[in-house]
Amino acid sequence: MAELNTGGDGKDKKVRSKKQNAGVDLTAMVDLAFLLITFFMLTTSMSKPQSMNLAMPDKEDTEKPDEDKTKVDENRTMTILLGADNKMKWYMGMPNEPLEGPNDQTYGKSGIRPILLEKNRQAVAYSGGDQEKGLIVIIKASKNANYRNLVDILDEMAISNIKSYALVDITDLDLEILGEE
Amino acid sequence: MAKGKMKKRSMRVDMTAMCDVSFLLLTFFVLTSTAKLPEPLPVDTPSSTVQTKLPEINLATVTVGQDKVFFGVLGKEERIATLEKMGERYNINFSDEEKQAFSYLEAIGTPMNELKKFLNLPVDVRNKVGAEQAGIPIDSVNNQLKDWVQVARIVAKEKNNKIIDVAIKGDAEESYPKIKEVIDILQEQRVFRFFLVTGLRNEDF
Repeated sequence: MAELNTGGDGKDKKVRSKKQNAGVDLTAMVDLAFLLITFFMLTTSMSKPQSMNLAMPDKEDTEKPDEDKTKVDENRTMTILLGADNKMKWYMGMPNEPLEGPNDQTYGKSGIRPILLEKNRQAVAYSGGDQEKGLIVIIKASKNANYRNLVDILDEMAISNIKSYALVDITDLDLEILGEE
Repeated sequence: MAKGKMKKRSMRVDMTAMCDVSFLLLTFFVLTSTAKLPEPLPVDTPSSTVQTKLPEINLATVTVGQDKVFFGVLGKEERIATLEKMGERYNINFSDEEKQAFSYLEAIGTPMNELKKFLNLPVDVRNKVGAEQAGIPIDSVNNQLKDWVQVARIVAKEKNNKIIDVAIKGDAEESYPKIKEVIDILQEQRVFRFFLVTGLRNEDF
């Protein structure tokens, strides 16, 4: 490309030195080009935002959407209350006479996750080893909870592989348990 | 002597072809990467470990942050069609320039009665005051978000014969009731499945 073919067979030294100078060193240019390629490749795939799916029930359908009009066993039902200052409480069964709890818990690996996994295992065992009939989680957020709490708890559902969960409006009884108005 | 000469020649690799290829790839990546439009309402999305990607076409985004709600649709033509339909509903006529200006906006947060004024601002001023928009009214008396979502769905159905996906992009510190309000509005529209925009969380969560 950049090299000139002078046609000389290397008899005199002048032509020879000219030939050497004409070859352009492309190493630096290739380096730069690959650097830029890497940059654009990484930025294009990284800028795509992540997302998580959330399905809500039909509002007009029924008042208790997660129960699907069939009776749900309280042994398989866990309620998680999201409160202010990144706090949460959970209990099993009904709010007025919970089978277990209400207990305080934190988000993350050493917080609610082992409990979710354990309860899910127990619920599967309770329904006779049917993987589809695991734990049912009802998530209720108070007005002091923030959006991060919601995403965090939905994320926990995905991590713990809990198949049935629902986002439900908080009741006065739950607020009392949470100690908020 | 001839031997030594040959060795010396083979030391030098011809980089021309490599250079060609790398620049071809570079051009490809430069052209395919889309320039990021300035975000009118910058939000800090919470992170999650779920790795679902957001759809890149046929998506309406509701951005919630600083107690304000912004709305945006992907695609220039869809934006123009959406604006036209919204104009019909609110009896506002938008000129071609205003439609063009709207088609460049990722999201808007201006009530309909002030939208015309906002679109007529010079571009630099508009980008600067982007975050100062009042937000789309979502109260029950004047629920413009409902109309925007409805219109965007109609446009997607008519233009592409597809059901539009709806994403909620909320700020991590946004209070839950505000998000709930938006979810309720979407539920009333019979949008039951939507995407929550999140960032990527590090491994050891």
